[in-house]
Amino acid sequence: MSELVDILISASFWAAVLRIAAPLIFATMGELICERAGVLNLGIEGIMVFGAFAGWVTVYAGGGLWAGVAVAMLAGMGFGAVHALLTVPFGLSQHVVGLGITMLATASAYYAYRLALPEVTNPPRIEPFQPLHIPGLSDLPWLGEALFSQTALSWAGFACVALTALVLYRTPLGLALRAAGENPQAVEAQGLSVAALRMGAVIVGSGLMAVGGAFLTMSAFSSFFFEMVNGRGWICIALVVFGAWKPGKALLGALLFAGFDALQVRLQQTGLGQIVPYQVFLMIPYLLSILALILMSRRAQVPAALMTPFNRGER
Amino acid sequence: MRLEPIAAPSHARTLGLPALAIAATVLVAALLAALAGANPLQTFGLIVKGAVGSKFATLETLNRATPLIFTGLAVAVAFRAKLWNIGAEAQLYAGALVTVLIGTQMGLPGPLALPIMALAAVLAGALTLLGPVLLKTRLGVDEVVTTLLLNFIMALFISYLLEGPLKDPMGMGWPKSPALPRDARLPRIVEGLRLHWGFALALICAAGVWLIQTRTTLGYEIRAVGQNPQAARFAGIPVGRVLVKTALISGGLAALAGFSEVAGLKGNLTSDLSPGFGYTGIIVAMLALLHPLGVVVSALFVAGIFVGADSMSRAAEVPTYIADILLAAALLFMVLAILLTRFRVVRG
Repeated sequence: MSELVDILISASFWAAVLRIAAPLIFATMGELICERAGVLNLGIEGIMVFGAFAGWVTVYAGGGLWAGVAVAMLAGMGFGAVHALLTVPFGLSQHVVGLGITMLATASAYYAYRLALPEVTNPPRIEPFQPLHIPGLSDLPWLGEALFSQTALSWAGFACVALTALVLYRTPLGLALRAAGENPQAVEAQGLSVAALRMGAVIVGSGLMAVGGAFLTMSAFSSFFFEMVNGRGWICIALVVFGAWKPGKALLGALLFAGFDALQVRLQQTGLGQIVPYQVFLMIPYLLSILALILMSRRAQVPAALMTPFNRGER
Repeated sequence: MRLEPIAAPSHARTLGLPALAIAATVLVAALLAALAGANPLQTFGLIVKGAVGSKFATLETLNRATPLIFTGLAVAVAFRAKLWNIGAEAQLYAGALVTVLIGTQMGLPGPLALPIMALAAVLAGALTLLGPVLLKTRLGVDEVVTTLLLNFIMALFISYLLEGPLKDPMGMGWPKSPALPRDARLPRIVEGLRLHWGFALALICAAGVWLIQTRTTLGYEIRAVGQNPQAARFAGIPVGRVLVKTALISGGLAALAGFSEVAGLKGNLTSDLSPGFGYTGIIVAMLALLHPLGVVVSALFVAGIFVGADSMSRAAEVPTYIADILLAAALLFMVLAILLTRFRVVRG
């Protein structure tokens, strides 16, 4: 018990929570934008893998860190465009297309990685984003390390939540986007194009997913390795449900989730880790995601037109 | 743009568009090979040679197709009912685990061992999918995410068992289970040829699924639920019960992939028993348009691509992941082509 308290009062624990949450936040916002517009994007896992690779390889090839983020984002938008084209105007099954995009993006990243580095067993490292020193705040005792030792990309993640919420709830574009996911007929009646709104949402959302992936290689692990995304994309889909499709609640979900994840890593080092096999700790994130889905199932406010293709002129 | 149904699609359309999808896939593969600095035609030649160029290669392809027929059938059965079982990987491992447990721990006499192992595997796979499907029918929890997450949970559970209670004491420290005794192995179909009875079992299962889908009430109900659950409910079909039955069949089929890999090929359980057979089953099923007999053909094709690419990448400087890209591209091109055989794109 005292070990648990020790973990919870350590500044490094809270810094880790923010670090673990950041990539999830980017990708969760990306998925949320897609789903609010009415499209389930199961390409998320693969797009994160590709984003992780694209960001890393840009820096490895001599590009700047922000250039890496931009390349990752553009690559994500590219996969998003394919997803959007197939699911929106063609109205193909969002499940099948999404899984197809995940396979395509994952395999493309692995293929390109093997082309770039044919026989590497020890993945090369890049110089990742460094913690951003905020004068005054970063020097505070405890708080400085716990809350203000994040990289610029982490802060961008939190800004991304605010921006998503702002656009969704305070702009005409956000209103149209949400309406496209709730009542597409009404959007058409206003003279707006449901297809354009949905495609735009999927493309932008996929860009954010890729940045989430890039965070892993550029701000967390500093190298690219196979299976590094490890289901984070699927967890983000659960987080969107847990957050009831609202940016603020999804952020809370991501933080809570990251808290448990940071905790399980630390609990492995304690006496509990001597008794309980480490695999049980590693299962916790996945089990929590399922639990979150179960808890929210009764109260979920699913966008009414989610997964319903819209074909103009059809009733 | 807008889609308009075509009343009577022409043959040129129904055959030409899928052919175009195949051509587009080949083009993507050629570009990838060129990107790796290899000659595309030579690369294709090596893939084909690696897949069916010798007796050894062909048997390897048949062996690789075996688990893919099972997982492909599992996905096809479930997707037909719009039950999105993305957890065939977990169900495969559940089947493999139970196979090893019974085969190594119970000491069953020869003729009894294999049928009991297979039945228990089916049960284990069915139970693995039962949880997510009950969450779906009772609470409305989306099964895509729960089945996906179960894959990760199952992988960790297997890893724990292989490093703990199920670890082979004679395994030189490697995380693997003890090997099945001779009696508990699936024999080869023809002595001397490296192909086991798991392949035959897969074919029998494909025929069985086809019979269920075309000749039974359940098959009819599954299709009705998949096409329109509201209408099915209105017609008096117990939608929840049908979904549960579908899940039991689907999970059981995926588990047989694990049974057949362990009892027919590997002889023991390791955490890399399946290189994603559960996920590849989705491609197999979709390329077969969810038709159970088509699954056999598409599993052979997909297995051939994988085996061929493995062999090719040893000879040429093209990474073996070209197979994965090629198949994902084929999936996307094919679903689009099939759609366009039934709809035409009109402006406005």
